[in-house]
Amino acid sequence: MKPNIYLYIFVMAFATWCMRVIPSLVMKKPIQNRFAQSFLYYVPYVTLAVMTFPAMVQATNEPLAGAAALIVGIFAAWFGADLIYVALACCVTVFVLEFLTGMM
Amino acid sequence: MGRDGARQDREAEIERKKKGYGTIRRDKRETEESRINRITVFLEGVRDGFPIGLGYFAVAFSLGIAARGYGFTPFQGFLASLLTYASAGQYIGFSIYAANATLLQLVILTAITNLRYILMGLALNQRMPEGTSLGRRMLVGSCITDEIFGVTIARPGVPDPWFTFGALCTAVPMWAAGTAVGISMGSILPDSVVSALSVALFGMFLAVIVPQARRDKKVLAAVAASFACSYAASAIPAAASLSAGTRTIILTVSISSFFALAFPRDAGEDGTDAGTAAPEKGASV
Repeated sequence: MKPNIYLYIFVMAFATWCMRVIPSLVMKKPIQNRFAQSFLYYVPYVTLAVMTFPAMVQATNEPLAGAAALIVGIFAAWFGADLIYVALACCVTVFVLEFLTGMM
Repeated sequence: MGRDGARQDREAEIERKKKGYGTIRRDKRETEESRINRITVFLEGVRDGFPIGLGYFAVAFSLGIAARGYGFTPFQGFLASLLTYASAGQYIGFSIYAANATLLQLVILTAITNLRYILMGLALNQRMPEGTSLGRRMLVGSCITDEIFGVTIARPGVPDPWFTFGALCTAVPMWAAGTAVGISMGSILPDSVVSALSVALFGMFLAVIVPQARRDKKVLAAVAASFACSYAASAIPAAASLSAGTRTIILTVSISSFFALAFPRDAGEDGTDAGTAAPEKGASV
């Protein structure tokens, strides 16, 4: 028999929330160990980079448009564009390129 | 002595009140300032949450289309997204609901898919000074999603729960709405718009990692290595068969460990590092 869907939803939400707050419950102060410090310094950039490529190229209908958006986004961010403008530049790149390839 | 001291204190108190800046009044002004500060930071979060929400809407829309296939009603999808706000985790959760999995299986799979939140939580807590209240730590932790984590890291200084909460308040309702709309009306948005919006989230990731890569060559190398390894992992059949969440966690741990061993950071090094960030004013929940 299928479990009750609402029970299912609440259990899923609670289990996810636990993963979010476990570190907050455990850590009372920054870790002093040099390896751990360096590891945690790299984690944000590495994990976001891993999630960005190649997923970004695979997310669009046209992989080429996704690749172009990746390059546009890197340039925009390198030259200091704000978060929202980097995101918008990527979206516009995909929209325009897919529109153009659709016409061809 | 004690009595004298107490009397002097009292006299000093009366003196201050006469001069018009009594302690009570000063306290009031301080809480007023920290309240305004909190609102400002909250609104910053609301602003940064908006582009996240736009991207979420598009992604949640496709999640909704899948959820519809698994037998979710728009309300159930809305509720699940509002409470869980975890993209890959929800896909898995929905699909194993359809597969008649037990609650224990659900818990285990949810934990594995969202293991990266533990790493993100550790990284955020590492940036908070000793003595940060549990409430602040919990609130920052509760707001973690890939994207909110990203904008929080990008923001200079100590992670602020009012900022993360502000971002959550705009982004998550849009995530939930996208799911409900996706379930109720499969194709309201043109395909080209969904495709364009789907890169918004990745654009935000780039806005977080690229500026730091420009400042710190070691991060640049780590990002380049991450791109290369991530691509390799998606192309090698054995690694590609793992779920995206599992791949993310394995790659993150191994690449970060490698760089931490090969290029450790010296204590007191500049950058957006934990220990060097100054505690913020009015930092109490």
